[in-house]
Amino acid sequence: MLLTPAETGIILLSLKVALWSMLASLPVALFTAHVLARHEFPGKSLADAVVHLPLVLPPVVVGYALLLLLGRRGPLGSLLEEWFGIVVAFRWTGAAVACAVMGFPLMVRAMRLSIEAIDPKLEAAAQTLGAGRLGVFLTVTLPLALPGIVTGMLLSFARSLGEFGATITFVSNIPGETQTLPLAIYSLTQAPGGDAEALRLCVLSIILSVAALLASEALVRRASRRILGYDAVGRD
Amino acid sequence: MTLSVAIEHEQGGFRLDAAFECGEGVTALFGRSGAGKTTLINAIAGLARPRKGRIAFDGEALLDTQRGVSVPAGKRGFGYVFQEGRLFPHLTVRQNLLYSRLFDRRPHPAGDFAHIVELLGIADLVDRRPAQLSGGEKQRVAIGRALLARPRLLLLDEPLASLDVHRKGEILQYLELLRDEVRIPMIYVSHTVEEVVRLADTVVLMSSGRAVAVGSVEEIMGRPDLRPAAGVFEGGTVVDARVIGQDMAYELATLAFDGGTLVVANLDALIGEPVRVRIRARDVSIALEPPRRISIQNVLRGKIAAIGAERSGGVDVSIAVGGMMLRSRVTRRAMHQLALAPGLEVYALIKAVSLDRSGAGRG
Repeated sequence: MLLTPAETGIILLSLKVALWSMLASLPVALFTAHVLARHEFPGKSLADAVVHLPLVLPPVVVGYALLLLLGRRGPLGSLLEEWFGIVVAFRWTGAAVACAVMGFPLMVRAMRLSIEAIDPKLEAAAQTLGAGRLGVFLTVTLPLALPGIVTGMLLSFARSLGEFGATITFVSNIPGETQTLPLAIYSLTQAPGGDAEALRLCVLSIILSVAALLASEALVRRASRRILGYDAVGRD
Repeated sequence: MTLSVAIEHEQGGFRLDAAFECGEGVTALFGRSGAGKTTLINAIAGLARPRKGRIAFDGEALLDTQRGVSVPAGKRGFGYVFQEGRLFPHLTVRQNLLYSRLFDRRPHPAGDFAHIVELLGIADLVDRRPAQLSGGEKQRVAIGRALLARPRLLLLDEPLASLDVHRKGEILQYLELLRDEVRIPMIYVSHTVEEVVRLADTVVLMSSGRAVAVGSVEEIMGRPDLRPAAGVFEGGTVVDARVIGQDMAYELATLAFDGGTLVVANLDALIGEPVRVRIRARDVSIALEPPRRISIQNVLRGKIAAIGAERSGGVDVSIAVGGMMLRSRVTRRAMHQLALAPGLEVYALIKAVSLDRSGAGRG
């Protein structure tokens, strides 16, 4: 199955958007996951609910909220343009932002679970050996949570490849700029005679998603074997 | 060195209010489960923050809630050996042992690592992962990891609790080695009489969140009034002695103490070594005349100093043997038949095999 230049363009754009959305949300998600897993504070349930919101809201609502907030005349969007000259509305960067927001709860959830699974007693032991907060995080928490962090990243990546509603609402469906794989399939199904081409893209989409999930499984296995000296995934 | 502790803490309805001071050697925090021992040692380590109080090491305040001082755990210079080892599963044994050096800017003495690894017999394990170690090996690595941080005081929270009998004996020997050769001061949490008798110099007896008594092992273990708090249901006497003879053929050791000699079966110690023996009160019989043609190897002459209150059909008789106060538990009937009374001269009989390794250790 050879790809036409148009198809290659769509796939490369989709991968670019997914990759950047994953990288951008990584530090924020890790911080959020650590706070939710290891700290008690007033309003924690509310914070937890807000983190999970994109999972339960209709994607179109998220996209519209992003448009109101980050659009060129939105309160955040206008500041970004004024201070940094950054415009995300109707750009591929905006598609990445939409995907990052939609994938955020999945990423936080995986990371949080893996941080919660770490025995806090190990962190206490590290403290008695001279480690400060950052030292404990970097030498104990982070390496032990690595399988969960990898899982979270890959889940967010896979979610981004399939993101449709928030993206089309926020940055529209502009070929070459914001038209990712699902949006391209949607356009083809709307056009007369586009069925065959839509089917080709559907198959491509399935291949990409399965590949991402397989890669995640392999990476998690490798990480846990390297970190723990045994295969934690195989033991589940 | 002097560690002084005076703290108040409340946690889930449990109240800890303890004050004591301790110095060189091994100090045991001794008491039943739930007496607050672990909370107390965690406060000393800096892992738990008491609501009120002061903890000072050689005059340096590590915690002073009045002045808002609280030195973090990593800066107290105390090593901590936990009940379950707590080795880092993602690091090799070597990386575990050297973990503290990631955060220690002091130059470390050459040969430090090799010395401690050899002392604890873990040289062959350094390239393994914690998951590949036995319970006893894990605990030795945990001790080594704490020592390599070069602590000024070593805290141990029931380090033998999760081990089987064999491993317990093995780790106890290493702990004795640390006490006698590395000479590091230790605070040792335990609820087991044997461990405390074998290791400790000073005992802090804990009960319901309070330090109810502080004193030498002989003193605390000998006081019948403290027995309920200690969870020691069997009375007994702790004797400090020195090995003066070893009979290889019969595997018997002769010990000299302040008041005579004792023959002990199967004690693994060299001549001249100090040892400590705990004689259970129920293993001591009383005779009015020196018995003849009897299997008992230890016949000690003494004078009854006191007779305790009657309790479930028996009485505790204290017999002064030289400078030692030996406790014997006999039935009420035996007491009446022999007309035991303070001032009476008696012979205390102790079977040598009742004083075996479990009750004796290097003192």
